[in-house]
Amino acid sequence: MLLIHCPYCDETLPEAEFTYAGQAHIVRARTPSDQTDAEWEEFLFIRENVRGPHFERWRHFHGCGRYFNAVRDTVSDRFLTTYKAGEPRPDLSELEGRA
Amino acid sequence: MSRYRVPGKGRVDAARPVGFTFDGAAYHGLAGDTVASALLANGVHLMGRSFKYHRPRGPVSAGSEEPNALIGTRRGPGRFEPNTRATMQEVWEGLQTTSQNKYPSLRFDIGAVNDAAYMLFSAGFYYKTFKWPQSFWHKVYEPFIRAAAGLGVAPAEEDPDHYASRYLHCDLLIVGAGPAGLAAAVEAAGRGLSVAIVDENAEAGGTLLSEPQAVIDGQKAWDWLAQTLKHLKAAGVRVMTRTTAFGYYHQNMIGLVQKLTDHLAAPSADLPRERLWRVRARQVVLAQGALEKPLIFNGNDRPGVMLAGSAQTYLNRYGVRVGDEAVVVTSHDSAWYAAFDLADAGTRIKAIVDTREKVSEDLLSAARLRGIETRLSHSVTATGGRLRLAHVTVNEVDCGQVREGQRIYCDCLLMSGGWTPSLHLFSHTKGSLQWDADLTTFLPKDTPEDCVIAGAGRGLWGIGAALNDGTEQARAALRALGVEGAGGVHAVDHDRSGSGTTMRELPTDRNPGRAKAFVDYQNDVTAKDLRLAVREGMRSIEHVKRYTTNGMATDQGKMSNINGLNIAADALGKPQPEVGLTTFRPPYTPTSFGAFAGYHRGDHFEVVRKTQIDPWAEEHGAVFENVAQWRRARYFPKPGEDMDAAVRRECAAVRASVGIFDASTLGKIEVVGPDAVEFMNRMYTNPWTKLAPGRCRYGLLLGDDGFIRDDGVIGRLSQDRFHVTTTTGGAARVMNMMEDYLQTEWPDLNVWLTSTTEEWSTVALNGPDAATLLQPFVEGVDLTEDAFPHMSCIECTVAGLPARLFRISFTGEVGFEVNVPAPYGRQLWETLWQAGQRHDICAYGTETMHVLRAEKGYIIVGQDTDGTVTPYDAGMGWAVGKKKPDFVGMRGLARPDLTAEGRKQLVGLLTKDGSKLEEGAQIVFDPDQPIPMKMVGHVTSSYDIGTTERPIALALIEGGHDRMGETVHIPMPDRTIAATITGTVFVDPENARLKIRGESA
Repeated sequence: MLLIHCPYCDETLPEAEFTYAGQAHIVRARTPSDQTDAEWEEFLFIRENVRGPHFERWRHFHGCGRYFNAVRDTVSDRFLTTYKAGEPRPDLSELEGRA
Repeated sequence: MSRYRVPGKGRVDAARPVGFTFDGAAYHGLAGDTVASALLANGVHLMGRSFKYHRPRGPVSAGSEEPNALIGTRRGPGRFEPNTRATMQEVWEGLQTTSQNKYPSLRFDIGAVNDAAYMLFSAGFYYKTFKWPQSFWHKVYEPFIRAAAGLGVAPAEEDPDHYASRYLHCDLLIVGAGPAGLAAAVEAAGRGLSVAIVDENAEAGGTLLSEPQAVIDGQKAWDWLAQTLKHLKAAGVRVMTRTTAFGYYHQNMIGLVQKLTDHLAAPSADLPRERLWRVRARQVVLAQGALEKPLIFNGNDRPGVMLAGSAQTYLNRYGVRVGDEAVVVTSHDSAWYAAFDLADAGTRIKAIVDTREKVSEDLLSAARLRGIETRLSHSVTATGGRLRLAHVTVNEVDCGQVREGQRIYCDCLLMSGGWTPSLHLFSHTKGSLQWDADLTTFLPKDTPEDCVIAGAGRGLWGIGAALNDGTEQARAALRALGVEGAGGVHAVDHDRSGSGTTMRELPTDRNPGRAKAFVDYQNDVTAKDLRLAVREGMRSIEHVKRYTTNGMATDQGKMSNINGLNIAADALGKPQPEVGLTTFRPPYTPTSFGAFAGYHRGDHFEVVRKTQIDPWAEEHGAVFENVAQWRRARYFPKPGEDMDAAVRRECAAVRASVGIFDASTLGKIEVVGPDAVEFMNRMYTNPWTKLAPGRCRYGLLLGDDGFIRDDGVIGRLSQDRFHVTTTTGGAARVMNMMEDYLQTEWPDLNVWLTSTTEEWSTVALNGPDAATLLQPFVEGVDLTEDAFPHMSCIECTVAGLPARLFRISFTGEVGFEVNVPAPYGRQLWETLWQAGQRHDICAYGTETMHVLRAEKGYIIVGQDTDGTVTPYDAGMGWAVGKKKPDFVGMRGLARPDLTAEGRKQLVGLLTKDGSKLEEGAQIVFDPDQPIPMKMVGHVTSSYDIGTTERPIALALIEGGHDRMGETVHIPMPDRTIAATITGTVFVDPENARLKIRGESA
């Protein structure tokens, strides 16, 4: 079972308290009606399938209830970092070696 | 005492005999024996039949790696367990055991015909044999394979035992309580750390139990062991025996199973049988030791053929000689010591056969001293004897030439192919391995976990090396914890470290194609099978493994993996590291389902959520159904009524006078805040800005793909407060979705969301008399069309209780839903039930609710929709706010596929012959077309027990909205039913019945 650090609670807690919520940094357009079909398709359906660091969202479901972002290495299954929703993507080069 | 029991030897208690049975025959062992050691003490080697060839088998080992001696154990009804290792099961007075894979008896087994036909059962046998004719598959092949498959017999009764689960957080976990683990524990003890050491055996000690001759720091090994354990316990170290670390999971979580009762004659009923521990350790020391490798030669599976180290264990730990006359065959020094110990205990060693040209002079002189004949550069090429070894054939190997064999008569053959580190748990960590050419084995290299590996587990042989490495590795783990250890060196006398070489198959003068040289005893895989797999094109070791099933039995390849690799690598002509080792996976040893299930069984398996009114329903004979986790009353049958009769009566009563319904399970979310209305505008399809406080609206929730996700009536209680209801099963999903959008897309909105499902008990009254019944209890509002029209809501007092009163209808009748604080639900229900008696009030359940809503064409999300239905498909375009700039799903609804012609649309169906359609039945336009027909939709809801004259149905049909009055066909197995497409509203299309008739009394 993974240990996950909730950036809002600032505690590292067992995976069972969290739920996965898909790829991170997918922005819903402010006015979706302006989106082309291709853009909307991209937003709705197209997801990455990375080998290595993956930006993804988790929710501290059985805790504070907040959604937050994480970088998890899909090979080692290690969390490289977690950060609050709305914060910028961390620089992957600074996270190297944590996997 | 039997002649195989050596007085004064071993750790068994000669003063405490223990009676048990094996295949119905009574035997005696001693307290401290395993079933295997006790049977061996009685001269019994034959303990089972093999899985495929039904060959007679005896124990080849003395530990958890045992592939052959698998037995069933029984302790009364329900307490039967198959595939127990006889080498691990301790005897207790009254234990009943049985052998496996035999019919009719262990000594005479009809299945052994497979052995004679062994040429047929080669690698890939199933793939090659059961191919044709196709018609044979179901009737002949599959029943045959199913009957033959499976190891042992599965228990038929429910397990009456209970199982416990616990968590443990510690600084240091040590796996394995042999010399390396114990030394590690000594190093870590008394430093203010929480330390646990676990071992799968009944007692700690590991190799020390089999090598009492060693002297550690001036003390005899067993004295050192006793004192060390005493010291560790006094220092607060948690020492857990009969505890298997079965899996190493992410971030230093280790799964343990502690067996608590399987060794007891009369366990307390309070005691769980097993306890599962989830351990989170800051550092882990793996000290699992090494496993002895069998040698691969023709007939290496005959009862009496055993690992030399195991024979040594039986002698020194259990005081049992495994035979009277032994031959030893080895490529490693360690077997020589086993021979010496047995010789000293009275077994005649007829020869030590070593494949090597040279061994140390010390060994040779020790053999000479005991008068043991030694044969270097020799091989074993055959064994004989029907149910027990009777003789072995020994051949000299001279410059690669195998000379003529010589038969030696004996009753046991002790073999050693050297040792291989137990890498299982290390492998679970995704630890990398490196090939050691000298040891001809893989050693652990790097692991991503906070873990070190000590002793024989990393290829260090001998007690002294293990002890000192345990200390060193523990020091490294302590340093990682910020603690400085003391270090130090243990001095060991009479240590028996040795070396050896690794063999593939032993050299033979026979046709290797006919050799029965077993690599995997449990799955009956021979060296010949592995070579055949390579010849037939398997290149990857993973393919070789799966094609031959080598290492795939319940022993997880403990004995077979490394030998299998060496042979496959040879056949491929590649060095071992290029072929690689297959992955070890948890569990290390078979683990009971009970241990994993723990407390989660029966009523504890899943929560059953019950409303406050549920006990009333139970008292009134309700039949229940599960809706998500909720238990809901489905209908309330009167004596003699079946479901159809009860529902017909309930439906009629609602339309005639008044029905009462428990709607408490509906999901409820409170949406509050200055931006609540904006949030609702963005989440739901409907416009909310102009909805006045005190009014309700049916809300439709889509996903951003444009498909219906949920629905429910939503009341605006004030400018900034909405009472949102969801479907019973959808509450958590909707809440999650709302939180997602609020937190991550619109964090600027000032809104709070609160799940209030369980805050409220909700009682629904429906029917023409509903207003008359309810009015006397309501303070603060008149239940008239003018004062409280359909789709109104108000916070008021009902029956003296603070309430939220809604005028809404899911039946087409005048309807009210009264929400009161949850604990008062039953009080309100009974008050209304009493008052309703003069209106012939009728309690109804979910089934009636379903029928009545279908008569009005009200959809149930998930029944009439399936995740690909838009509001327009469902005929609810009216619920979509056209003037809003955005809502979830608005852009999705404009996707080309969602606006295309020919989408499946929700319509009504009336059958021409008045029969009832099956829900889920497929629909076609032309019943005369050839099969496969083009299916154009399906029936979503269908009822014939409501208040309509004819059965009604709802269906999704391609282009259905433009096909009113057309005929479609529903092919069934026995006939094809014709039906007419209609609108979805079958009762009161004018909604006249929603109006309160006359003023309330």
